[in-house]
Amino acid sequence: MEGRCGEGSHTQSPSCAAVRSRKPCMDTGKHREKASSKKTEPRRATRPSSSDTRGLNGTSTEKRLRYSDCDYTPLCPLLSVAALSLCTRFYRITEPPHVCWDETHFGKMGSYYINRTFFFDVHPPLGKMLIGLAGYLTGYDGTFPFIKPGDKYEHHNYWGMRGFCAVLGSCLPPFAFLVVLELSHSTPAALITASLLIFDTGYITLSQYILLDPILMFFIMGAVLSMVKFNHQRLRPFSWSWWLWLLLTGVNLSGSLGVKFVGLFNILLVGINTAWDLWRLLGDLHLSLVDFMKHLIARMFGLIMLPLFLYTTIFAVHFVILNRSGPGDGFFSSAFQSRLIGNNLHNATMPEYLAYGSIITLKNLRIAGGYLHSHWHLYPEGVGAHQQQVTAYLHKDYNNLWLVKRPNSDDFTWNPELIRHGDIIRLEHKETTRNLHSHLHEAPLTKKHLQVTGYGINGTGDPNDLWQVEVCGGKKGDPVKVLRSKVRLLHRSTGCVLYSSGKTLPKWGWEQVEVTCSPYLKETPNSQWNIEDHVNPKLPNISLHVLKPSFLEILLESHIVMIRGNSGLKPKDNEINSKPWHWPINYQVIWWLNLFSLGLFVVMVSLCCVALQRGAKLGGTKKAHCQVLMEGGGLLFLGWLLHYLPFYTMGRILYYHHYFPAMLFSSMLTGLTLDTFLQNADLLFSPAVSKYILRGGQIVLLVGILHSFYLFHPLSYGMNGPLAHDPTSSMAGLRWLDSWEF
Amino acid sequence: MQGVKLPVTVKCEINVLLIAVTVLGLLTRLYGIHIPASVVFDEVYYGQFVSLYMKRVFFIDESGPPLGHMILALGGYLGDFDGNFVWNRIGAEYTSNVPVWTLRLIPALCGSLCVPLGYLLVVELGYSHFTALGASLLLLMENSLIVQSRFMLLDSVLIFFLLLAVVSYLRFHKAPKSSLWKWLWLFLSGTSCAFAVGVKYMGLFTYLLLLGLAAVHTWHVIGDKTLCNVKHLNTIVVVRFLVLVVMPALLYLGFFYVHLILLYRSGPHDQMMSSAFQASLEGGLSRITQGQPLEVAFGSQVTLRSASSKPLPCWLHSHKANYPIRYENGRGSSHQQQVTCYPFKDVNNWWIIKDPSRQSLVVSSPPRPVRHGDIIQLLHGMTSRFLNTHDVAAPMSPHSQEVTGYIDFNVSMPAQNLWRVDITNRESDRDVWKTILSEVQLIHVNTSAVLKLSGASLPDWGFRQLEVVGDKIYKGYQQSGVWNVEEHRYGKSHEQKERELELKSPTHDDISRNLTFMAKFIELQWKMLTVRNEESEHKYSSLPLEWITMDTNIAYWLHPSNNAQIHLIGNSVTWTLANLALFIYVLLFLTYLLRRRRKIEDIPEACWEQLVLAGVVCSGGWVVNYLPFFLMEKTLFLYHYLPALTFQILQIPVVVEHLYTHVLRSPSQHKAFGGVILAALCSVYFCYRIFSPLTYGQPELTSEELAALRWRDSWDILFRKR
Repeated sequence: MEGRCGEGSHTQSPSCAAVRSRKPCMDTGKHREKASSKKTEPRRATRPSSSDTRGLNGTSTEKRLRYSDCDYTPLCPLLSVAALSLCTRFYRITEPPHVCWDETHFGKMGSYYINRTFFFDVHPPLGKMLIGLAGYLTGYDGTFPFIKPGDKYEHHNYWGMRGFCAVLGSCLPPFAFLVVLELSHSTPAALITASLLIFDTGYITLSQYILLDPILMFFIMGAVLSMVKFNHQRLRPFSWSWWLWLLLTGVNLSGSLGVKFVGLFNILLVGINTAWDLWRLLGDLHLSLVDFMKHLIARMFGLIMLPLFLYTTIFAVHFVILNRSGPGDGFFSSAFQSRLIGNNLHNATMPEYLAYGSIITLKNLRIAGGYLHSHWHLYPEGVGAHQQQVTAYLHKDYNNLWLVKRPNSDDFTWNPELIRHGDIIRLEHKETTRNLHSHLHEAPLTKKHLQVTGYGINGTGDPNDLWQVEVCGGKKGDPVKVLRSKVRLLHRSTGCVLYSSGKTLPKWGWEQVEVTCSPYLKETPNSQWNIEDHVNPKLPNISLHVLKPSFLEILLESHIVMIRGNSGLKPKDNEINSKPWHWPINYQVIWWLNLFSLGLFVVMVSLCCVALQRGAKLGGTKKAHCQVLMEGGGLLFLGWLLHYLPFYTMGRILYYHHYFPAMLFSSMLTGLTLDTFLQNADLLFSPAVSKYILRGGQIVLLVGILHSFYLFHPLSYGMNGPLAHDPTSSMAGLRWLDSWEF
Repeated sequence: MQGVKLPVTVKCEINVLLIAVTVLGLLTRLYGIHIPASVVFDEVYYGQFVSLYMKRVFFIDESGPPLGHMILALGGYLGDFDGNFVWNRIGAEYTSNVPVWTLRLIPALCGSLCVPLGYLLVVELGYSHFTALGASLLLLMENSLIVQSRFMLLDSVLIFFLLLAVVSYLRFHKAPKSSLWKWLWLFLSGTSCAFAVGVKYMGLFTYLLLLGLAAVHTWHVIGDKTLCNVKHLNTIVVVRFLVLVVMPALLYLGFFYVHLILLYRSGPHDQMMSSAFQASLEGGLSRITQGQPLEVAFGSQVTLRSASSKPLPCWLHSHKANYPIRYENGRGSSHQQQVTCYPFKDVNNWWIIKDPSRQSLVVSSPPRPVRHGDIIQLLHGMTSRFLNTHDVAAPMSPHSQEVTGYIDFNVSMPAQNLWRVDITNRESDRDVWKTILSEVQLIHVNTSAVLKLSGASLPDWGFRQLEVVGDKIYKGYQQSGVWNVEEHRYGKSHEQKERELELKSPTHDDISRNLTFMAKFIELQWKMLTVRNEESEHKYSSLPLEWITMDTNIAYWLHPSNNAQIHLIGNSVTWTLANLALFIYVLLFLTYLLRRRRKIEDIPEACWEQLVLAGVVCSGGWVVNYLPFFLMEKTLFLYHYLPALTFQILQIPVVVEHLYTHVLRSPSQHKAFGGVILAALCSVYFCYRIFSPLTYGQPELTSEELAALRWRDSWDILFRKR
């Protein structure tokens, strides 16, 4: 079998010969080889020994233990992993034939791409674009409305989108298999990982519906796999395979970031790995500085420039495709909206300067700030004065229209007179004919601000309805330009400024955004407004093509809006929200196993480190195991930390499925740790016993995983019968934790 | 070399320097601290806690652990403060009973001692006494640190303990092996870490940094192959762990212990705590509950308090009003009597526990206690309606069942008023239901719904009281579904009229109940971490980014009639120098690091290690005390930056000495650099002098002079209109 190693395509692999020449070394590990499956024998043969010090340039580099670079991937296990994962993911994929869970969002957004309607979502567009593309290619026409979970699909072609997600989802186990194989050089470890992922009902469920998670995890795993492969190419810098894996890493990084911002954690992982790699290269005195710069520039190109370029391209495509006005318009600035066909600002003409008698909408300049809005509802009792609500509302609506009036008369018969910086106006709400009003009552949420209400009947109010117009950066006598002037409205009698706090009102305020009058006169976007729609028949209209924003402006704005949207997803009452510390302990056998292995890994690595630090002399295989644990395991552990810990600092609403990327790393770590642990059983027992322990452990693991899958599979393939609360249900016995909800 | 010949003289010289800076520190911090004799800025906040300590009244302050308040209260204790002052307004004149001087003394002392500590820290980092003198002078003339030390505020105390912890750890690290002093320094370091964390949670950052440093040092010790004796090695590691981790944790508990010992009277924050906790406070709930029978029996009259205090602590309540036949949204109700949760004490909160199999509403003798698993009925005392729930949607939470006081309208809606008692904190399955101590779920027998506070409040028809529902899909342990008996007596009257009188009379008799310290500690700590005051906007709040360049200031006090005022404004020259020093340090560090990696050694190994250690302490101290604020969502002020600033200032002399000895080589460069240093120190001094009127609040400046001090447009300096 070892002949295979020499037969491969490696004219450039002298190290293989080196390995073969050290055959006696390998004899120490023979008993392990027999224990593992037959397929892995070639792999074992190339297991490095500790005395391998032939580095890149033949120097002594003890820290890095070089593995043989004559690769042989055990094809049979890999193929069976791929086949099994495809089977589990595609089994009954068209069921249930109605909208499930978040399909209502992502399916809908896929349809928007097909219909080219502009929408707003807190995630970057790539995932939804791919879903849309998959739907388009399989003949879905974008007409299904995806209104709420449970709607029947009927004649619509939804299987294409689900199938696409399932294909990406079934790539995860093979990818994980390859990653673990690369890191540990042990097929059993890789098989343990792959079976964990194949038979985990959570992954199966996530991969079967139209969701972003399988796409995201595909790119994350892709990036990790390419990174690990790239690390492995370190002895052949600038070869074509080196370039291939480098560029693939970059592509996958941009993909993962393009689906969700969680991809940032992945970028961090690759960044840390690359920095460590560069640090190693820098310390290699045989590498000239010029060569080092080459390495540096190549990585900067592959891991920074290329992903950045691809990422912007994704957005460029997004903006080109979505060129029609849709439900997302209101989140964006007036300039942005003028791009969209069907928006009232697209190719619009309107009077340039504001005058008395104009009907306008006022948009807050805070990014994703809403329109000044009022409606036929009063503030509830106990919240300031019992007068009409004034809010900021993100969507276009007739209730956003306001009429600009003189401070003392309602007479517009004469020639229109322009409003200038410093003038005093009243604003009458068009629909309800109440005036914009403020007074010395505290605002509903921001207690130090004053309440803003709609007051008066048919436009008659009191002196508290007077507002002074101030153009930011303007001086007395400047006219107010539509869309381009930043305007502040100062309340005459209290001296406060009209302000949108960005806080969401409770149910009585229809969850619109609070508007207050702030006594703090600092210039912030929250207190600045611009005039968006402007109707005044007595003034000449001008065309507004001045507004067209550049691509970079659009890109920046859409990012700020997305980030605001993300942090705005605060948990509300009665909603399913979970805390990060519940996640690792929440599911089934596999999750418990992962948690156990995390602990085991930490203990084993600490033992390894202390032993090395005390200068313990380790035998060849033991040292190799230490190496696998510290380097491979360390990388995976870091990945887990990076994908898990940041959630603790997030204020936004969190769900269980946020843990799945971290669990990928945790599962890979489990495979690696358990395998190393079982192989080192001979530290505690005699060799004969430990052989049985190794075998037995592997079998018990497999049976355990399969048994858990058998128990829980109704969850992922849809349940029949009553809910689990009902003791007669088949699921009743499975509610192992009270917090589960089936 | 001279030091070896004349050790005594040299030693004296050092002491003189140290004493000189200490004296100067005391002078600058203590000079006229009783002026102004009115409330300055956050004194209004800390003062109320000092008063409560003086009166021994219990309170919760979610802003930090109790040690800081206790230290301030110690000042009040020394000055025989009786606690009688209304802390409601910044600028209010102190009355004669407030010992202003002693109240401000302790923070001022801590602030002054920071100056010699800065000196010692730089010496311990291995730099010369000259450099150390520079460091202490910079700290001495830092206006913001002076302002913050001179009033009843906590930041100077925090900085003092932080510096003390670092200095003593460095002493420990450099001390010769296994001398007694070495372990004393370690002990001091652990103690001051605990004190720092006890003053403000912010101390945790520096504590973690110190732990990290100690971990690295210990790791080196583990790798030290000369230590062959594994037992000895284990002792070293274990002792360090005990002193730096376990002991601070114990001390932290100790602060709470003292806090709870000191505050034994009930006060304004009682309502936030559980009944058991309140019962342990003198004059609070204990006054009412003392002498109540312990065991709840059939026939007991009780009030039931919800264990959840969200949105408000409240008691199970009913009154003579029915649910409206139709709600606003058109849904129907049973039109039976409302059952709510009411946040005030009221006679309508009384319920009588009845045995379903008997008619009697009085306690038999001997009393028959209610045990876990027993079936009971609950009769509302004033209206004699049974607590009932049925399959009708609750008014505000339609997924749950409505809870009513049952009225028979003859509409085929039978009474379903049997409840099973489920004691959640029982020790055995036959546990007796105990007043205050037992946490009880009431499970409806017919539908297995759990009586629960939904968190919503009812509209006007329900008098805005809180909604109570029966939750059928109740899972696990939820505080909102748990109740405990708060007030309790054995019912004696057979007639309804008598019973109403009895209900209105106060309970009496006497027994005391004690919670263990740990139970109290856990409850208090949890409340402190979870209670959130509504985030408030403040005129002087600022963003962390504005701190580096001091784009913001805080007006602490303004004289009621003239222009004299006190501001938190730092020494601009020092702040600029500190930023510069940090920048140069990072630059130097990166250059050396990269060049060393290529085996080019510009400086000797020992010097490099010294530079790294200085960087970890100074720059590291700045980083850990500054960057976390970017993640915080609370209202932030400029004074939050002061601990970071202190460490950043200590970086200046370190960088200067390194540049002087290792980067500048020729004597002419040395001379020029010496001139620059002198000029910098002079400008620091002038800046200190110029701003000292705003630091000390005297002398009064004219409007023109004030306008000249407004170096930045973003500073808010107050002008009194004449």
